[in-house]
Amino acid sequence: MSINKVVKSFDEAVADIFDGAIILMGGFGPANGTPSNLLRALVKQGARNLTLVANTPGYGRPAPGTRAFRKTPPDYDDGGLLIQTGQVSKAICAFPGMSRPGMTAPLHEKLDAGELEVEMIPQGTLAERIRAAKAGVAAFFIPTGAGTIFEEGKETRVIDGRNNVLEYPLKADFALIRAYKADRYGNLVYQGTSRNFNPVMAGAAKVTIAEVDELVPLGELDPEVIVTPGIYVDRVAVRQNSVKGA
Amino acid sequence: MKERLDEQTMALRASREFKDGMIVNLGFGIPTLAANFIPEDKEVIFHAENGCLGYGPTPTSEEEEDFHLVNATGTFATPKPGMCFFDHADSFSMIRGRHIDLCILGGLQVSEKGDLANWATAVGRVGNIGGAMDLAFGAYHLIVVLTHTTKTGEPKILKQCTYPLTAPRCVNLIITDISVIEVTPDGLVLKERAPDWEVEEIQALTEPKLKVADDLKQMEL
Repeated sequence: MSINKVVKSFDEAVADIFDGAIILMGGFGPANGTPSNLLRALVKQGARNLTLVANTPGYGRPAPGTRAFRKTPPDYDDGGLLIQTGQVSKAICAFPGMSRPGMTAPLHEKLDAGELEVEMIPQGTLAERIRAAKAGVAAFFIPTGAGTIFEEGKETRVIDGRNNVLEYPLKADFALIRAYKADRYGNLVYQGTSRNFNPVMAGAAKVTIAEVDELVPLGELDPEVIVTPGIYVDRVAVRQNSVKGA
Repeated sequence: MKERLDEQTMALRASREFKDGMIVNLGFGIPTLAANFIPEDKEVIFHAENGCLGYGPTPTSEEEEDFHLVNATGTFATPKPGMCFFDHADSFSMIRGRHIDLCILGGLQVSEKGDLANWATAVGRVGNIGGAMDLAFGAYHLIVVLTHTTKTGEPKILKQCTYPLTAPRCVNLIITDISVIEVTPDGLVLKERAPDWEVEEIQALTEPKLKVADDLKQMEL
């Protein structure tokens, strides 16, 4: 078979991520839509000075003796881990995370220490800027942010009697996403709200890498229900084919 | 000190704005509690920014908790017949495209023109903007639920917001722990007062001048 996007391991999947890369990461809150194994492999791989683009970068691992911020799925890690290891120099996000005594997201700690730059984007604008990168849209006018601090330094235009802000695509080098099932063409389906940003990010970066629970034979996924067409996916790394925690 | 409504009662009052067939998005905090007060004779569909329409209430047991079904506040929800899933770009198309009939958000400050500030207390600070800004710009009808004053007694309903705006001129109705106020082109109109609260007492805790509705009534709770 000539087309096979399945790689042998999570380590192989992230091997070419370079220092300074811009990385899109799927996931939302504690939903099981975060590519935990790809993130752990990236920690092992060691690329630094990364820009992490995600709705919430994440809470990382709780410090010894403290409890987790909230209940998470088994074998879970989020982008907070990459912030804890010092591999991220900039985070672009809509929800930096809670900050309260005894429970501070690593993002806030690194920010206060002057080791991290944080850029906030309204959630819908974040999604649309990623979608624009995938869709080849050069720029777009959007009402969100007009008349607020988010229009500062941006071109504005009144359209249909309403103020709009000009926003540009958010281009990235790698998209790390999580799906439920894949075939060797890279077609993907998801589960529930674990879908979230993942299908938006698929195809929005130069290289899209999907971590999936299950690989199925070609033809098993119903063409009517495939959410992400394989054209947007470059690599598929399968959970059961890899050593746990690799 | 006169008694003010507690959070549950404010949520109950907010739930009275649910109309049969509405698509509703509820923000963090008190608005989320309004989901517990859907009248039995009304069908309301809840929208979650993270890609779900028509989810059911919070699970009552740990067995029902599913990491593939959480709402926009990151808490578990339950499945319901008719529920569907979609991605974030679609979800915010629904919001910006004005397909959400009603959104209820929490707030830090509201101005007399209906400007909302609800995500940061100072310019330059990192805040959790989340989906609030898109909702404030895009919801067809926006209700803000907040306590009438800060913990130190300062008014939250102001001539002009001092915190960074979520969106200008977006709020339609304000529900507080002592009043219900409508934002109109002619200014703020006091529609309802909490039990035992007089108009003058509410006005004293509100910076802009309130107009009093001809049919001003006591909140029905």
